[in-house]
Amino acid sequence: MVSAAANPTPRISQPPTTWQKQFNRSFRWLARFFGYAVLALLAMISFEVMRHASAAIGDYGLTFLTSSTWDANATKFGVLPQIIGTLYTSVLALLIGGGLGITVALVLSQGFLDHRIELLMKNIIELLAAIPSVVYGLWGIFALVPALRPITDWLHEQLGFLPFFSTRLSGPGILPASIVLSIMILPTVTAISREAMAAVPKRLAAAAYGLGATRWEVIFRVTLPSAAGGIFGSLVLGFGRALGETMALAMLVGNAHHFGWSLFSPGTTLAALLANHFPEAGVVEVQALMYAAVVLLLITLIVNALGSLIMLRATAGLKGLH
Amino acid sequence: MQSNSFTTSLIQLLSGLILFGFGCAKDPVAVGTATQATTGAPPAASGGAVTLQGSGASFPAPIYSRWFREFGNQNSNVRVNYQATGSGAGIKAFVEGQTDFGASDAAMTDEEIAQAKGNVTLLPLTAGNVVLGYNLDGVKPLKLSRKAYVGIFLGTIKKWNDPEIAKANPDATLPEKDITVVHRSDGSGTTFVFTQHLSAITDAWKPGKGTSVDWPVGVGGRKNDGVAALIAQTPGAIGYVEYAFAVSSKMAMAELENKAGKFVAPTLDASKTALGAVKLPEDMRAWVTDPEGDDAYPIVTYTWILAKKKYDDAAKADAMKKLLAWCLTDGQKLSEELHYVSLPEAVARQVLTAVNTIQ
Repeated sequence: MVSAAANPTPRISQPPTTWQKQFNRSFRWLARFFGYAVLALLAMISFEVMRHASAAIGDYGLTFLTSSTWDANATKFGVLPQIIGTLYTSVLALLIGGGLGITVALVLSQGFLDHRIELLMKNIIELLAAIPSVVYGLWGIFALVPALRPITDWLHEQLGFLPFFSTRLSGPGILPASIVLSIMILPTVTAISREAMAAVPKRLAAAAYGLGATRWEVIFRVTLPSAAGGIFGSLVLGFGRALGETMALAMLVGNAHHFGWSLFSPGTTLAALLANHFPEAGVVEVQALMYAAVVLLLITLIVNALGSLIMLRATAGLKGLH
Repeated sequence: MQSNSFTTSLIQLLSGLILFGFGCAKDPVAVGTATQATTGAPPAASGGAVTLQGSGASFPAPIYSRWFREFGNQNSNVRVNYQATGSGAGIKAFVEGQTDFGASDAAMTDEEIAQAKGNVTLLPLTAGNVVLGYNLDGVKPLKLSRKAYVGIFLGTIKKWNDPEIAKANPDATLPEKDITVVHRSDGSGTTFVFTQHLSAITDAWKPGKGTSVDWPVGVGGRKNDGVAALIAQTPGAIGYVEYAFAVSSKMAMAELENKAGKFVAPTLDASKTALGAVKLPEDMRAWVTDPEGDDAYPIVTYTWILAKKKYDDAAKADAMKKLLAWCLTDGQKLSEELHYVSLPEAVARQVLTAVNTIQ
């Protein structure tokens, strides 16, 4: 046995010292602790919100989810318009932002552009994620809404019989809010989809070309299906972000406690309700708002769970790909 | 890829700094519309420097920020911070002891005073009026009868060329545009004053009165600035804002029918006339929901500072008394310039007596 003092430079074959063993052990415990701490934090947040909401859940029960008035003076609370509004704006944002994001990711990963331009565009899109939410709200009010008005007026006049265009754009509304939301989820969807598409092994595309496929056939029948798992994951993330987005929507969605199918009517979402009413809320209203928070948490949870399930089914046939 | 990561990070950092620089240029009072009050009123620093923390209504925020700045310039050992979080949040923060003083357009209810254990004195320092600002090209002035403006906010009157509005404005060409009602999306003393007035003048106003009501129609904006911005951006919009905000954003203001049946423009004189009719009671909570007089503007309100009757810190009590006395004397000279109503002499004297009882 060679002691450490006589031979200061340990050889690779030397067994670990006591100090190294202790260090490894404590590091493993620390990592395990932080892992559980994150789970505990999530559980604690959910528990606290539930606890504050329990009084309201007892008082209003399920009528909270089906009624439409929010009146603190008469203590009548209902979040049906908020639930529908949240889902409506998020689905619209996903359609616009998701579609756009996947298209951009496609362009950036399939070698259509010069390599340097690809890099530049990638960074510009990531900068979109750095813009604060409140700035998006301000931009929406002062720039987007006036710009949209001529288009929406034309749509209302020509196609007003369709329920989606049945009212006139009065200012903030579902459409401006959805457009801003779609811009906000664009960086997430683009970045993750791009990574997913770039990670498809080149040999698959090569094999397809070898069999005589055209470029479009390779993209739509080989690359996109293989990257489907990652793309879907990006959509779920984007949807989750859109569900919880607060500040931009509080400024842009119009805060009217009714729901209408018209894209141009003002609406409301759960997050905007919480942001607008919390500062002034008395004890009773705070409990109702906590109940609304629980509803929002549940919606996000269900969406994420469904998303994971669908993703699992979709990628089941792709085992052994990488 | 690796060699580019430094350059790209640098580009992103620089862009971020530029955006941040623009963000920092905002006025500090406007930035302070956070939903959080401070976690505890800061203790007076040793060496005589006193910091007074207050929060509350956005209605008088412009004049308070000017007053506190002037006072701070003249008295370098006192610093006053005011955050315009809204009347309700201001009352809550004051009652919980998080701030040294609060501000509210809705005074305080008996329950709220009980929550503060009676250690609160309500001091009206200024007054203002709530105007109906509108955005209609070429229509100036716009006279709105009681039936008209109640109908607009109830949603029964939907277009600008409705006969009820046209009746009072025979000379104006009213377009066949939809009326977009703009209200507050957050709880507000301004809403309280406006809905209180509507409840007082007619039984048809079903949503009732309060800092936040269930509006039958319209879009919501955050705070007075948000509502003003929405009105300015939307052709055919009408909404209620505080006078100072309407004037500074050069908004057109409607002339409203008062109790005497006359159409009065929202000038400071008309508001002063309306306030002058009401005598301030002992606890200084007075509501002018439907003022009498030919020249009185119908929607006016005092706005109150909530101060403690007894402060734990003598230095703070002293600073508060000096501050409030200054606002009631020198400060009143600035009211007109900032578009607020200066207090009638008798009222100012009554409030000054109350200020001197603070210890």
